[in-house]
Amino acid sequence: MATALTGAPTGAPDPSADTRSMLAGTDRHRRVTDRVMTGLVVTAFLIALVPLVSVSWTVVSNGIARLSPYFLTVSMRGVFGGMDAGGIYHAIVGTLLITAVAALISVPIGLLTSIYLVEYGSGALARSVTFFVDVMTGIPSIVAGLFAYALFAVFFGPGVRFGLVGSVALSVLMIPVVVRSCEEMLRLVPNELREAAYALGVPKWLVIVKVVLRTAVAGIGTGIMLAVARVIGETAPLLITVGVIDSINFNVLEGRMMSLPVYVYRQYSQGLAPCAADATDCITTINYDRAWAAALTLIILVMLLNLLGRLITRFFAPASLR
Amino acid sequence: MTTTTSRTDPVDSPPGEVQPRRRRWPEGRASRAFRWLSTGAGALILLVLAAVALFLVVRAWPAITAGGDVLAEEISWFPEGSSLLGFIGPLVFGTLLSAALALVIATPISIGIALFISHYAPRRLANGLGYLVDLLAAIPSVVYGLWGAIWLAPRLAPAWQWLSETLGFIPLFRGPASDPPRVILTVAVVLGAMILPIITAVCREVFLQAPRLHEEAALALGATRWEMIRMAVLPFGRAGIVSAAMLGLGRALGETMAVLMILSPGALYSFNLLQAGRHQTIAANIALQFPEANPLGVSALIATGLALFIITLAVNVAARAIVARRKDFSGAN
Repeated sequence: MATALTGAPTGAPDPSADTRSMLAGTDRHRRVTDRVMTGLVVTAFLIALVPLVSVSWTVVSNGIARLSPYFLTVSMRGVFGGMDAGGIYHAIVGTLLITAVAALISVPIGLLTSIYLVEYGSGALARSVTFFVDVMTGIPSIVAGLFAYALFAVFFGPGVRFGLVGSVALSVLMIPVVVRSCEEMLRLVPNELREAAYALGVPKWLVIVKVVLRTAVAGIGTGIMLAVARVIGETAPLLITVGVIDSINFNVLEGRMMSLPVYVYRQYSQGLAPCAADATDCITTINYDRAWAAALTLIILVMLLNLLGRLITRFFAPASLR
Repeated sequence: MTTTTSRTDPVDSPPGEVQPRRRRWPEGRASRAFRWLSTGAGALILLVLAAVALFLVVRAWPAITAGGDVLAEEISWFPEGSSLLGFIGPLVFGTLLSAALALVIATPISIGIALFISHYAPRRLANGLGYLVDLLAAIPSVVYGLWGAIWLAPRLAPAWQWLSETLGFIPLFRGPASDPPRVILTVAVVLGAMILPIITAVCREVFLQAPRLHEEAALALGATRWEMIRMAVLPFGRAGIVSAAMLGLGRALGETMAVLMILSPGALYSFNLLQAGRHQTIAANIALQFPEANPLGVSALIATGLALFIITLAVNVAARAIVARRKDFSGAN
């Protein structure tokens, strides 16, 4: 490169064939470097696909055998050893209830915060809220669990474990995600719409509720779905705030609850089941099988939420915001 | 809308009553309530963050003030003849080590993926491929743990064996490699896969912002694609890459389940990456001990959680500060 550029103007008036070829093409060393880097970049992408494909494949192939209507509709009550029985009904109930309550807590707070940031915010408070929302996305999930435990232990004494504690832990993780996605969506609403409404004399809060939120509703729905999908797989905070249980509990205000991720962990940590040599109704790997099947259910749940989120945008968003 | 009443319906207000001298229209009661409500929600976020710190300190206080002997006597898993700091130390070391290893594995790959999506892949495919990488983030951590412990670990065993035999003279890879490989290097591989999406997402964003004109100028001067990236894209994105890596670091520091399910724990300051029973991270230790801990044990665990909170907070604040500064200066477009 350097020789070509410096050599050509000072050289002979009609460039020799050598210079011409140098100007026309790139030299070999640079071409090879370019090829190698292209190869490396493509390899990097392929490497990223390895865990994706392998996780999906192992979970599906190991989990599909045990996933049945029976598995989805019974709890683990009275199931022990290598019994060919037991299911995840109690865990599904727990996951749905705890996550729903977490969404009930975090969606209003998150949505109002994003409205504040987009419609009202200015000055130091808005700047620090923006900054700390970003910081909050980085709180480790286990710390969120410890916080919820510490908060409730003040009122209920040590050893407190019930669904709502887990919901509070999850909402600490969920609020920043909701704020971020809602804020992005509200910023997409064209200013002309707001100004048109103001020009008609509509008060600000009505403009926000009837115009801004109305326009952004699909995006907000998507954001909430993705936020739910993110926290529904959280294990650590629920493990320490809600505990584990084998039977069904519908009450988030009292008693331990099982949830799907915790169920996966618990089955895994129980390891191989001891079986007598002549036992017929005993499966050694039953705990692992259940863990895989529950993991498959969890992944299906997460993917459904993701898909639902995308579909909301596709079908309900105004064309300009798609 | 009028000056005297707090009516919110503009149709009813007599037009003559609106004072032209006023710069801003008076706020109706509903508008004011709504403004306070949303401002309150914003303030609540700051309050929650402060409350997290406060409650952790309050709950950790008994363990912080109790001496090492008391802790060792009351808590079954507390190391004898050690103070709280002596207990937290190896855990912090293990946490930092696993996260740093994960970062070393994930950062170059992420930069590659981000470049692939932003500059190499056909434009029409780029979005779809990006979504594919984002899917990695959607997989719950417990599933990663299950996959890493049951599927990946046995497959990595021969590789670690080979590593310890050929590179065993480097202290990092000193053998014998444990089998099953419930070692920190296996954990780091899984953590690396888990933080790929976040690093990739931030890098991709930054690379796409690289000024088009610089890229075109580089190509026009005869640069190859890689030279263009090295001259125009990477210098522009350097701060972004650093902050992306730090965000990934923050994620890896706090990851619990994958570590808990894969690593065979120990409490040493050890750089032997291929030997089991030497390391443990703060988060995994909390998840392991918390369910069975007595009140003072819980307090000691919360003290370790506080340490984790401070570390991740520092990392995240630094990363975000870099991103924020970047935003101000990236006036290139």
